[in-house]
Amino acid sequence: MNTAVDTAKREREAPYEGPLLDVRDLHVEFVTRDGVAKAVNGVDYSVSAGETLAVLGESGSGKSVTAQAIMGILDMPPARIPRGEIRFRGRDMLTMGKEERRKIRGQKIAMIFQDALSALNPVLSVGYQLGEMFRAHRGVSRAEAREKAVELMERVRIPAAKQRVNDYPHQFSGGMRQRIMIAMALALEPDLIIADEPTTALDVTVQAQVMDLLAELQAEYNMGLILITHDLGVVADVADKIAVMYAGRIVETAPVHELYARPAHPYTRGLLDSIPRLDQKGQELYAIKGLPPNLLRIPPGCAFNPRCPRAQDVCRAEVPDLFPVTEEDGTPLEGRGSACFFWKETLHDR
Amino acid sequence: MGSYVLRRVLQMIPVFFGTTLLIFVMVYSLPGDPVTALFGDKAADPAVVASIKHTYYLDQPIWKQYLHYMGNLFQGDFGTSFTGRPVSDIMADAFPVTIRLALMAFVFEMVLGLALGVLSGLKRGSIADTLVLILTLVVISIPVFVLAYIAQTVFATNLGWVTPTVQDSYDLTQLVLPATVLGSLSLAYVARLTRTSIGENLRADYIRTAVAKGLPRRTIISRHLLRNSLIPVVTFLGTDLGALMGGAIVTEGIFNVQGIGNVLYRAINQKEGPTVVGIVTVLVIVYLVASLLVDLLYAVLDPRIRYA
Repeated sequence: MNTAVDTAKREREAPYEGPLLDVRDLHVEFVTRDGVAKAVNGVDYSVSAGETLAVLGESGSGKSVTAQAIMGILDMPPARIPRGEIRFRGRDMLTMGKEERRKIRGQKIAMIFQDALSALNPVLSVGYQLGEMFRAHRGVSRAEAREKAVELMERVRIPAAKQRVNDYPHQFSGGMRQRIMIAMALALEPDLIIADEPTTALDVTVQAQVMDLLAELQAEYNMGLILITHDLGVVADVADKIAVMYAGRIVETAPVHELYARPAHPYTRGLLDSIPRLDQKGQELYAIKGLPPNLLRIPPGCAFNPRCPRAQDVCRAEVPDLFPVTEEDGTPLEGRGSACFFWKETLHDR
Repeated sequence: MGSYVLRRVLQMIPVFFGTTLLIFVMVYSLPGDPVTALFGDKAADPAVVASIKHTYYLDQPIWKQYLHYMGNLFQGDFGTSFTGRPVSDIMADAFPVTIRLALMAFVFEMVLGLALGVLSGLKRGSIADTLVLILTLVVISIPVFVLAYIAQTVFATNLGWVTPTVQDSYDLTQLVLPATVLGSLSLAYVARLTRTSIGENLRADYIRTAVAKGLPRRTIISRHLLRNSLIPVVTFLGTDLGALMGGAIVTEGIFNVQGIGNVLYRAINQKEGPTVVGIVTVLVIVYLVASLLVDLLYAVLDPRIRYA
């Protein structure tokens, strides 16, 4: 059955080759009373079908804003996109008409939000909210939409789906609510799913279940997945590659296990070192000193320089590009980049 | 749901007895003797006064009067006014007028208030929004009697569209102007409440979800935004309907509408105990039923209350 779905999908979408989503030099600003907050400052990343990109960063690093820009759900104003391209199957969505953009949302690109309780409408039954996808995009009847909703709920393994389809969000547990969010995103079998901290609001045991479900469904439908998180533990098992964001820029990209083994940016180093480890019990936990920068006044040069143990004069003067990372002998490392003038030192001497 | 309704109905019983007792005590302990007042300047014959007092049960202690009154009330007898007319007759004349006036005012404030509120809530900071804010502020600031006199001057004296006062209280067209004046204050509150509520809900996470689902704007507003935004407005409208049914003493007085407000005003002036207590008792019931309906409607709109 899956192969049938896959073939049908491939035939429909055959003409385009290349990454599903390609974000180029994206800038997002927010006009506030105190000035212009530069939330995203030149982000590049791409995702292909079946691939999982994890975007890692603290709050305020611009990871969620980038995702909202891709979805086209930023409030503009106060937000604006002064520069950049967001290409989906080769077409820049920023230049599309509103109606065309709307049809991509939900059908081609879907989003899973962090807190399912507030992200679901409290006064509408989950069955209605799931069925609405089919009613709005496929024009099916109310009864048919309800049937589809039950199917979706079964798909994400909600017990007794038929009895619970008319229940309201507050009647479900946190894990079940997040499953409903996933079901909603999956409804129209989109090409790409953006999951914005999908497990942050959940208990640890439930986190793993939800992540496994998401990974499994992604593989089954061969979807691209952008997983936004601040939790290094969540991404390790499911992601293919990681982009680490700081102050609205990507500071390091790498295949997931290489990043864990050998970070090439001092910020990534700091993040990894601040994970509590069992063998260091009783010792003081490492923390990156200082605070994330104020987006109204991002420091000149590398934004991380005031907190960086390796910072030199050049770091305060120039903004580093995302340099390609290589082995000591110059062998290029596939998919690796670091926006640090001292990536070599960071990578090699531990 | 059933037990919720039952609980609410049971709660109404002590409220009913409490409010009626309170109004009864207040009316009958007013200074001045209504029976002597009936005779005006002439000296009253003590025997006649005593006989009238006996007829109206006024020679009994107040708790006995209350029990006697309540006993009659539960047999459907609201008592007799000092003019000899049954109180139920007086109310049967006045209530239909007030109900018409109230319903017209209610429809006016609901339809226009919601429309203005939704408009300005969706287009915050626009010219229309600013205009609505200023106009509603003006209406809220001006006392209703000033508004009534302005309306009379403009529409009756200057434009000559209507007569300054209502000639026939059963004629709906004549009630339009008083109803508009009566509903204008609540209209301003409804518009502002709706605006605030829509503004808050627009920023809610579930609206962002609805946008991310690719729903058409129309669906987002009608299905997701309005339903949530209207919950507080419905509460206000419901209690306001109860208040409107109580008659509008000022508006009815200025426009000479022969509704419950006018009757009540005269009855209080003449210390007509039976009429005042009778009307207020009915008003208490109307109010209790209205607030019960609001709570039930609330539960219909918000499932979180239904199952709590």
